[in-house]
Amino acid sequence: MTETPKYTPLYDLHVKLGGRMVPFAGYAMPVQYPAGILKEHAHTREAAGFFDVSHMGQAFLDGMDGDVAAAFETLAPGDVAGLAPGRQRYSVLLNDEGGIMDDLMVARAAPALGQNRLFLVVNASMKDADFAHIETKLRGRATLTRLDDRALFALQGPKAAAVLARHATGVEALAFMETGVFDIAGVRCFISRSGYTGEDGFEISVPAAAARELAEKLLAEPEVAPIGLGARDSLRLEAGLCLYGHDIDAGTSPIEAGLAWVIAKRRRQAGDFPGAGRILKELAEGPARRRVGILPEGRAPVREGAEILNEQGDRIGVVTSGGFGPTVNGPIAMGYVSPAFAAVGTPVQLMLRGKAVAGRIAALPFTPHRYVK
Amino acid sequence: MSEKIYYTKEHEWVRVEGNIATIGITDFAQSQLGDVVFVELPEAGRDLKAGEAAAVVESVKAASEVYAPVSGKVTQANAALADSFSLINEAPESDGWFFKLELANAGELGGLMDRAAYDAFVKEHA
Repeated sequence: MTETPKYTPLYDLHVKLGGRMVPFAGYAMPVQYPAGILKEHAHTREAAGFFDVSHMGQAFLDGMDGDVAAAFETLAPGDVAGLAPGRQRYSVLLNDEGGIMDDLMVARAAPALGQNRLFLVVNASMKDADFAHIETKLRGRATLTRLDDRALFALQGPKAAAVLARHATGVEALAFMETGVFDIAGVRCFISRSGYTGEDGFEISVPAAAARELAEKLLAEPEVAPIGLGARDSLRLEAGLCLYGHDIDAGTSPIEAGLAWVIAKRRRQAGDFPGAGRILKELAEGPARRRVGILPEGRAPVREGAEILNEQGDRIGVVTSGGFGPTVNGPIAMGYVSPAFAAVGTPVQLMLRGKAVAGRIAALPFTPHRYVK
Repeated sequence: MSEKIYYTKEHEWVRVEGNIATIGITDFAQSQLGDVVFVELPEAGRDLKAGEAAAVVESVKAASEVYAPVSGKVTQANAALADSFSLINEAPESDGWFFKLELANAGELGGLMDRAAYDAFVKEHA
């Protein structure tokens, strides 16, 4: 497929910084900068990494008559109605078979952003489909407004809060999964304390027109380095976080994916979300497969698509994400196995270039989450 | 002993001393791969045909095959790489060599490029 790529507002800056631009979800994005993935990964764990995630989909969802959260709950199994203003949750859009159409962040907008309004951030590769689905399903109940005129940054790492507080007064007071409206250099930004690395950090929504200026301000801080998609992937894999289209897709239920916690207690009791039949059954009886962490022995990375065998050589599952974990300093993987083999410590074999590599089921995450308490 | 270095379109180099060829990947190749985190090398004694997959080099992002540029019997794999894959990034055209083989057909070298031709090839395709 050769389509003209789309560009984020930071494209020229990535090129200036020496970013190696690759196609990703229809956009030209930096996979790495001259420092390289290993250094970028380590820098994020030790200091603060700046990521351009402007390709992701941002939107407001505004309620018409009733509560917008009640409308959104018809598409997702989380407790959205119970979100206090400014609070954010990880959730999933479900199809009628209980499969995950996408995973996303949903916040009840802070009062300064508007009443009866949700702020959504969805995956780049799914944004057109997600927004069409939401608009169609909620017609007459809610209005979706795409925020294509806004860029999105992530600032991640143990020094992210100290750095961002120099530019956004009071931002250090945000709790994990809390959002607010802050001025950076006189520009109104929507900031949430969240991310995709397992570290403390922020996602910062800014007007596209101001994106370059604000990005350069953050990158000028001594603790901050630009980080590409390569390290974004190794960071999230070590953190045990799912990549849509790989670790979860339209056939995967949240229970299989180890995401039962996204089904709120009230919603389980009511059974009022798409695919509730399958999902409640899996909650009660267990799913047919489970997402697990896997530690291959030795040094060779075992990647997506590798078959997982038990000790007898029978196929028990498949790797959905795998590679080298720079902080772990060795190969790591995630995949799905039959529940009988999902216990931590279970020995498995992984098929790599026609040969079996020994490994074992491991606890997720591979590196502890260090979210702010 | 005189030595001569040849290059391939797959971004390998072949340094020939007498009947022994030392094979590695070029600086351009390592820069495209990024940080190397694993390499699988052929065992001594293995007979390789030109064009056959001989080694695998893994960066954080992906696995890439390294093909035998010429035919021959493997005499040695670079043991230093087992402890330090980063040699491939740091010294790809010297200490980061992959393996040596005894040439089966020195005539195959005629189909490879010299440095000037390789540099022009990279410039054209980069």
